Amino acid sequence: MDLNPIWLTLKLAVITTALLLVIGLPLAWWLSKGRSVFKVIAEAIITMPLVLPPSVLGFYLLLAFSPQHGVGKWLAQNFNIQFVFSFQGLVLASIIYSMPFMIGPIKSALQQLPASLSQASYSIGKTKWQTFIKVLLPNIKPSLLTAAVLTFAHTLGEFGVVLMIGGNIPNVTRVASIAVYDSVEQMDYHAANTYSLILFSITFILLVSVFVFNKYRLKSPLE
Amino acid sequence: MISIDIEKKLRAYPGQQVLKVAAQFAAGSITKIYGPSGAGKTTFLKVIAGFVSTERGTIAANNITWLDTSSKINLSPQKRKVGFVFQDYALFPNMTVRQHLEYATDDEAWIERLLAIGGLETHAAHKPEYLSGGQQQRLAILRALAIKPKLLLMDEPFSALDPEMKSGLLAQLNALFAEMGITVLIVSHNPQELEGWGANELLIK
Repeated sequence: MDLNPIWLTLKLAVITTALLLVIGLPLAWWLSKGRSVFKVIAEAIITMPLVLPPSVLGFYLLLAFSPQHGVGKWLAQNFNIQFVFSFQGLVLASIIYSMPFMIGPIKSALQQLPASLSQASYSIGKTKWQTFIKVLLPNIKPSLLTAAVLTFAHTLGEFGVVLMIGGNIPNVTRVASIAVYDSVEQMDYHAANTYSLILFSITFILLVSVFVFNKYRLKSPLE
Repeated sequence: MISIDIEKKLRAYPGQQVLKVAAQFAAGSITKIYGPSGAGKTTFLKVIAGFVSTERGTIAANNITWLDTSSKINLSPQKRKVGFVFQDYALFPNMTVRQHLEYATDDEAWIERLLAIGGLETHAAHKPEYLSGGQQQRLAILRALAIKPKLLLMDEPFSALDPEMKSGLLAQLNALFAEMGITVLIVSHNPQELEGWGANELLIK
């Protein structure tokens, strides 16, 4: 049996989670502080993938990054980067698709910290950055872990958006969820079951680990 | 000398009220701030520290303007660097007692002295969740003092201390404030708490 779809899926999930941690932390911090029309719009855009059919998101990404027009053409001509039917396309789509799973828990945790924690740090002369690294971040560790694991697990299960922008190219874009679909199409139920069982087991173990690590604080997954 | 003349709208039920304070505090003086609940005592301290903005006002400390709304001067809390003891203590759950002080200062001798003043030497390796309410409150005071501020703002700083601990700590703090020449503003509900400190009084209503 071809295990490449599993490795590709894990690689995609690791890269997406790592990049989203880097992008998501400052974004969640910014969103957690005060409110403005601009922030409301940004938050709505970030949350959209939760309610939008993945195929819709994939369709627009496909159009946006098509090498024949607009941004896609410009990227291909100037930087030789192609997002459509490529692994980097999957990473881009996964970042957008899983962003609410990273931002939600971190933003919520930052908002729940009392304002006086930051103020106490500022009053002893610490900058916003020092306060974020030394005070805020260490005190939202459980939510940080929840966010990272949910992002990872969610990326493992992507299907529609990945199929739209990446297609089904073996060793390049054929991730496990697509391999399941493909196997069923070919009536290979054994392979479909093996892929499914591996995905199911990884996801289950990850979520159980998070709940155990967070000392049985059974929060809603999006908290 | 610290001169304050501020005006800030406060949310109240019903409607709105205005916090209006004009006062001067001599260097090294201790002032007790009192007044009814909801009058804006905590907000007053937070405006001085730079945590809360105000519609109109000026604050100057030792001839340096911290706030002047007419000329849009508003120094950040980091530049004002006042010691602040929060009513909810605002201790960092991830840090031990010693780490709280090390986060504020590199002066090891000063840290040791503060630990002795607060009676927290044996708890130096403990995180706030393992401290009693009184110990947490003492740590909040020590952290504020760690930066050797010229101005110390304390919001109900002795409410969780037992009487025996309180009298000992108050005596030590009083001597320390005099030694450091700190100007101190203390919000307090307890009229007897600062007896013998020669504290001035400021009513906010």
